[in-house]
Amino acid sequence: MSTTVWTYIMVGITFSLYLGIAWVSRVRDTRGFYVAGGGVPPLANGMATAADWMSAASFMGMAGIISFAGYTGSIYLMGWTGGYVLLALLLAPYLRKFGKFTVPDFVGDRYYSGTARVVALLCAVFVSLTYVAGQMRGVGIVFSRFLEVDVNTGVIIGMAIVFFYAGIGGMKGITWTQVAQYSVLIVAFIIPAAAISKMITGTAIPQLGFGSAIAHGPHAGKYLLETLDAIGRDLGFAGYTEAFGAGGRSMQDVIAITMALMVGTAGLPHVIIRFYTVPTVRGARLSAVYALLFIAVLYTTAPAIAAFARYNLVNSLNNVAYTQAPSWFANWERTGLVAWLDKNNDGIIQYRSGNAFAGKPDFSALQGAHGQRLLHNAALDGENELYVDRDIIVLANPEIAGLAPWVIALVAAGALAAALSTASGLLLVIASSISHDLYYRMLDRQASEKKRLLVGRVMIGVAVCIAGYFGMNPPGFVAQVVALAFGLAASSFFPTLVLGIFWKRATREGAITGMVCGIGFTMFYIVQTKFMGVSPWFFGISPEGIGCIGMLVNFVLTAAVSLVTPPPPAEVQEMVESIRIPRGASAAIDH
Amino acid sequence: MKHDLRAYWRTNICYMAVLLCVWAAISYLCGIVFVRELNAVMLGGFPLGFWFAQQGSIFGFLVIILVYFLLMRRLDRKYGIDE
Repeated sequence: MSTTVWTYIMVGITFSLYLGIAWVSRVRDTRGFYVAGGGVPPLANGMATAADWMSAASFMGMAGIISFAGYTGSIYLMGWTGGYVLLALLLAPYLRKFGKFTVPDFVGDRYYSGTARVVALLCAVFVSLTYVAGQMRGVGIVFSRFLEVDVNTGVIIGMAIVFFYAGIGGMKGITWTQVAQYSVLIVAFIIPAAAISKMITGTAIPQLGFGSAIAHGPHAGKYLLETLDAIGRDLGFAGYTEAFGAGGRSMQDVIAITMALMVGTAGLPHVIIRFYTVPTVRGARLSAVYALLFIAVLYTTAPAIAAFARYNLVNSLNNVAYTQAPSWFANWERTGLVAWLDKNNDGIIQYRSGNAFAGKPDFSALQGAHGQRLLHNAALDGENELYVDRDIIVLANPEIAGLAPWVIALVAAGALAAALSTASGLLLVIASSISHDLYYRMLDRQASEKKRLLVGRVMIGVAVCIAGYFGMNPPGFVAQVVALAFGLAASSFFPTLVLGIFWKRATREGAITGMVCGIGFTMFYIVQTKFMGVSPWFFGISPEGIGCIGMLVNFVLTAAVSLVTPPPPAEVQEMVESIRIPRGASAAIDH
Repeated sequence: MKHDLRAYWRTNICYMAVLLCVWAAISYLCGIVFVRELNAVMLGGFPLGFWFAQQGSIFGFLVIILVYFLLMRRLDRKYGIDE
């Protein structure tokens, strides 16, 4: 059977599974819709959190980025896992004890203020919207690559599926679907990784193979990383494991970005609300352990894949005649993910540092003397003749390792699972912010249960349409706004939540000032450096890392303003006392 | 009772402070600030600093959360406020 047929079968089976799960777990009340009835076992919540967290970018993009960035890629590895320590120690147990439905709920109640609730609500919606657009686009791209349908058709199929299972199942449907999606995506990620590790180093465990010696070929017997360092330097790249080298980021920039990603992770509403779904405070702590365990499986495999793929890429393509190149090269050349511009007309692929040509490949209809696709792009100076899209690292892995077509199909299903699971979690945050925090808490306190549930479902529909629109017409700045999403989460929610829990004296005025100024500073800096061409003026910190400074601004201002304003009312201080004590979490449900 | 809970909270803060120091040490110190110095040491085929940045810190984070879970489970029981 061909790969395409396998892919249809695999995607068909997994999608029916998701829809079946959603139908079984459909809900009839708002508690089920917003927090899955608060009865999710920690193990299941851990899997759901992992699927929720690991997006299309983690699945397809991260190994690719690390493969080309080497050591500098560690910012994503540490940043996107270290945040779970902050979540587990500083936020999850207390927010679970608080036991409401959303993050703005906590901010509004703790800071006894409708204004604080609205500021939090706007942040939650903005952060989630910027994030979800990328996921829908990811669904469309996977469809177009593996099933040869139009990207927009792919987006529409994704929208329909997500709307169905998030709409009828709410948080409960999402949770159990995410458990299934985690299983699919992790199997799809591990099988090719183990195969390629076995192929290069002779051990099937990628985490060990990463530090082992190469088994065959010209570099047999030498350590993989040592070889990569040497090959890289020969071709004019920085050493793979070398830190802060030429062309890489500076130390303070690496620190700032890692910090911003960690704190941003801990402040992302779609991750935080997952901890509202478990029965007890202990369950919240335990599900953080499971979540990071399940995430770590992928996050410790990804850098290994990155190194294997880097080795394979250089070794199988550099100084090889185009006609002798492995068959996967021509396959992916057809999709435009790799391209070769024979600058010196010798028929041999030269891979060096620097870009072969500016921008993405723009193919002409013609073929060159060796059968390669010709390009309209003008050659840049330098010897490099090869263009490689980063996404290929994960997508082409099964072919490079010579695996069966069903494995390639499984990777497609895994990438879709990663994108859909994250999209559904984000859509629920958007829907609950509007239907619960805005409509029920601020506009109509008398709304009946039935009416609130209906508004929730309608809002999922609206959010799906908006996300789908951005998925089909991605604004040119999508890649940039992801930095913004993390920066905003880091500079708004994290300090406000932490101070709200650990400092009874934090006041309404302090929190609002802190949030507004923290976000304001972060946004101002990102807009300046990303869109107005101002060079990063704050200690050379790039816009991706400025969220950690925004967070400090928020902390300092919240503390300063709180000290000069009247202390919070007694009942708020009592509430803070009570969320610190685990007992009674299962009863701590209002509404 | 009130006094008890204050002691409970103080112990909790103490656990957190220690664990957050470990968190910062394995990621920011071993993985970033001293990465070049540690890279002179090899752990099998890994330069040690690089290993911390791409593998060790993640395993460490997992251990930190697990240890916190176990410590707090014991503490909750000791003060009789578990569920």
